[in-house]
Amino acid sequence: MKGIVYTETVVHAAPAAFVAEAPYQIAIVTLEDGKRVTGRIVGERVQVDDPVEGIEMRAGVPFFRRAA
Amino acid sequence: MRNVAVIGIGKTPFGVFADRDLRSLAIESGDKCLKNGHVSPREVEAFYLGNFAGPSFVGQSHLAPFIASKMGIIGVPATRFEAACASSGSAFFHAFSAVAAGLHDIVLVTGVEKMTSQQTARVSEILAMAGDCGTEGKAGATFPALFAMIARRHMHDYGTTREHLAAVAVKNHANGAKNPDAHLKKPITLEQALAGKPIAEPLTLFDCSLVSDGAASVLLAPLERAHEFTDKPVRVLGIAQTSDYVALDEKRDITTFDAVRTAAGQAYARSGVTAKDIQFAEIHDCFTIAEIIAIEDLGFVEKGQGGFYTMEGHTCLQGERPVNTSGGLKAKGHPVGATGVAQICDVVLQIRGQAGERQLKRNQLGLAQNLGGSGASCVVTVLGAA
Repeated sequence: MKGIVYTETVVHAAPAAFVAEAPYQIAIVTLEDGKRVTGRIVGERVQVDDPVEGIEMRAGVPFFRRAA
Repeated sequence: MRNVAVIGIGKTPFGVFADRDLRSLAIESGDKCLKNGHVSPREVEAFYLGNFAGPSFVGQSHLAPFIASKMGIIGVPATRFEAACASSGSAFFHAFSAVAAGLHDIVLVTGVEKMTSQQTARVSEILAMAGDCGTEGKAGATFPALFAMIARRHMHDYGTTREHLAAVAVKNHANGAKNPDAHLKKPITLEQALAGKPIAEPLTLFDCSLVSDGAASVLLAPLERAHEFTDKPVRVLGIAQTSDYVALDEKRDITTFDAVRTAAGQAYARSGVTAKDIQFAEIHDCFTIAEIIAIEDLGFVEKGQGGFYTMEGHTCLQGERPVNTSGGLKAKGHPVGATGVAQICDVVLQIRGQAGERQLKRNQLGLAQNLGGSGASCVVTVLGAA
């Protein structure tokens, strides 16, 4: 699953269920077929227009990292 | 369709009221409103309640008759409307429709939210239920996070800056300082706004509206009967409610709210006015970026120019098109379910010439724009002197 970052944010004030994970990065990624999905970014922070690749699904949420 | 007028308004102050419960706030605004419109509870033919999350915030459902009965409004339709932050805008739209259609003459619309009895992290969780819980929610997106992503893309596409966002906060805080009922009455500087604690990048604490308690009410009647109740009726010239996808990743373009554009187009057409004619507006600034995008989508400025226009001072009290003279959600406060009706009250105050220190001279044609979620619901109302 490859795509381009459409938009992103780093969340500092998290909802109750995710407080322990903050700060964390969320992005909307435009996939190769044009569909957009909301997921998490792991590793290096990304910016709008950066290429990313999916690494796994956790509890129904796609996790991405910066692609080379 | 009959012409419809606002014949009474009533509000509680907005703020943190540890000793007040949801119902007492709603009743206070309703009582003030009935008194303002010289209407007795027994004359009210239907009760429309806007409330987003009373069941989650205070553990009570069936809120409309729960509140109406204690106001002395008994035996008539009493219904709660939920459309996230546009809940009371939606209640107002449906109340207007019933009066315009001739079903009822005198109707009371109340919006209320009691938010501050919950901890901040729990408040975030309840508010996040207005997004798509299965996708955005599971990824850990709060509402600030959704609007932060909107801001990032708007900055990327149009050159909007952090300073533009901060300028919205500075203006609305300055206006709130002139509003005795505002939650925050403290002006802030651009430097302070820029140095706020990060919430969801690029948004800081000063980009976010407040977590508040409060209620607001309005009375509607057919225009032809308005003078029985008030010598200052305000006419609802046109109104529209629209909807869109709930999830941000399903929207066509997140830098524009299609629901706002469509609602504005319909409301202008029904009112016989254009965007240029609107003299002032109460805008849904749940986040600073939301005000910037709204003034673009309402047609006040070209797409992408909202931040620049704000930075140049055109939307401040002395500007060519004042926006949020009340202080907006940013400083007046944002008890979610009360906001839509509170906006109507603030536009009515301006048209009546009762806005005190914030009174505008060009006050004959105003607009209220109430947004639900990240743009999945929208109500736009155009009001004018009757």
